Amino acid sequence: MLQVKDIEVYYGAIHALKKLSIEVEQGTIVTLIGANGAGKTTTLKTISGLLRSKSGSITFNNTDITKVAPEKIVDMGISQVPEGRRVFPTMTVLENLEMGAYLRKDKKAIDDDMDNIFTRFPRLKERRKQLAGTLSGGEQQMLAIGRALMARPQLMLMDEPSMGLAPLLVKEIFEIVKDINAKGTTILLVEQNAKMALSIAHKAYVIETGEIVLEGNAADLMKSDEVKKAYLGG
Amino acid sequence: MHEKKVTWGRALIEIAILVALFTLVQYFITTGLLNRYYQINLTVMCINIILAVSLNIINGFTGQLSLGHAGFMAIGAYASVIMTTMLDQPFIIGILAACVIAALAGFIIGVPTLRLKGDYLAIATLAFGEIIRVVLQNIDYVGGPAGIVGIPKLTTWPLLFGATIITIVVIVNIINSSYGRAIISVREDEIAAELMGVNTTKYKVLGFVVGALFAGLAGAMYAHYFYIIKPETFNFLKSFDILVIVVLGGLGSTTGAVIAAVFITLLNAFLQKYAAVRMILYALTLIIVMIYRPQGLMGNKELSRKTFSRIWSGKNGPVRNK
Repeated sequence: MLQVKDIEVYYGAIHALKKLSIEVEQGTIVTLIGANGAGKTTTLKTISGLLRSKSGSITFNNTDITKVAPEKIVDMGISQVPEGRRVFPTMTVLENLEMGAYLRKDKKAIDDDMDNIFTRFPRLKERRKQLAGTLSGGEQQMLAIGRALMARPQLMLMDEPSMGLAPLLVKEIFEIVKDINAKGTTILLVEQNAKMALSIAHKAYVIETGEIVLEGNAADLMKSDEVKKAYLGG
Repeated sequence: MHEKKVTWGRALIEIAILVALFTLVQYFITTGLLNRYYQINLTVMCINIILAVSLNIINGFTGQLSLGHAGFMAIGAYASVIMTTMLDQPFIIGILAACVIAALAGFIIGVPTLRLKGDYLAIATLAFGEIIRVVLQNIDYVGGPAGIVGIPKLTTWPLLFGATIITIVVIVNIINSSYGRAIISVREDEIAAELMGVNTTKYKVLGFVVGALFAGLAGAMYAHYFYIIKPETFNFLKSFDILVIVVLGGLGSTTGAVIAAVFITLLNAFLQKYAAVRMILYALTLIIVMIYRPQGLMGNKELSRKTFSRIWSGKNGPVRNK
């Protein structure tokens, strides 16, 4: 579904991604784990078109999207749950969800999706008239996920959905991710919480200073000594 | 998007109120109850409303700090005067030229500068306003520093009232449309807006162009009321005056901008009597308002029938209008 091949991204003189390649197969959860500053977020931003790669290519459903504008990429079926949630604080929950469907014109289907999201997240339904900025961290994360779902994506990019959440909530969020995937959305998940990410993913990549150092079956990586030592705490 | 049920009854009431307001003032003017002093203040008030409401779409709704609004006003003023006095065109052509050229300037300035954020954009727009002023000072065709004198007084109360209402109606409608939602999303979180598929550059430029267009309209109205325009009138202090109104009213509130424009104009007129301490009292009032209402008089809320009905029914708390 998604092939990222040899992308090179720079922040000024800083070489952030060095010939990075990953592949996401339809229907799977693929996770990209690594330490702070390794290039996880940069990878997602490059896929969604917010950053440009100097060379290499990104292909989505056999279309080259390397130089496509971010709004076109959303329209093609890739939506993103950004790092730090980034909900629109002075818009209501409902308005935030409507923004997720910004490019869609199929009003009937939008309403259906809205209902589905409210069924999935009853908290959001209770608070649909409330300003998003007044929600708790967990609720904002649910809103960010719901908002991304409103685009009816084929591929959802998730940037650290567990960030800053209580352990119990982290678990809940990961259950949700699993469930979204079970309902047919392919997911590329970026995480610092390697243990959780590996436990729900099919395939995993380990990124270190802009390079993929390890890749494979998530279950295998979980057992690998290298990963255990570096990311799972021994 | 939200459906806004505008019933005919409600629209009729609103039109009736406007017509009544217009006729009342018109009656006062023709019978001489409203003397020349009050008429000048009324004109300044309307022009301030147009300027504040139009700057508010840039600073308040799009969230781009622009300090060059007087520059667009100057462009509108000069463009319209060139049309009416030098090229002998009717005023309406002058008004249209003012709007189109100011909007065009907004576009030309907006495309490169809107890549900048926050204070950098503020400096760029401030510089733009100053450039316009200096350029005008050095063009002999438009009188250089002395400006243009003897402009026919073509701005009448019906025209001015119409211009003010059109400005408010157009901008309120943009904000309530899906364009408005996109514009506000850019203010709220630019990256998130981009991830939703909003072409952020397009909407920032749109906000800027609409703001510039109506500033041009205000310039045309101003020039054809006060007989004389000179570059110095449109210096950066003028831009700040408009910004003060917008901040006072509440960034992102059109009703706030209107209320603040009326308030500031009246305050200025009232303080004329105390010439010596005028600026001190003016500044003091602003400081007091900012201490007690840091979010501006209206915050980012609007005043509407809904607000009144809530107050009426005794339900307080945050009011949000759609």
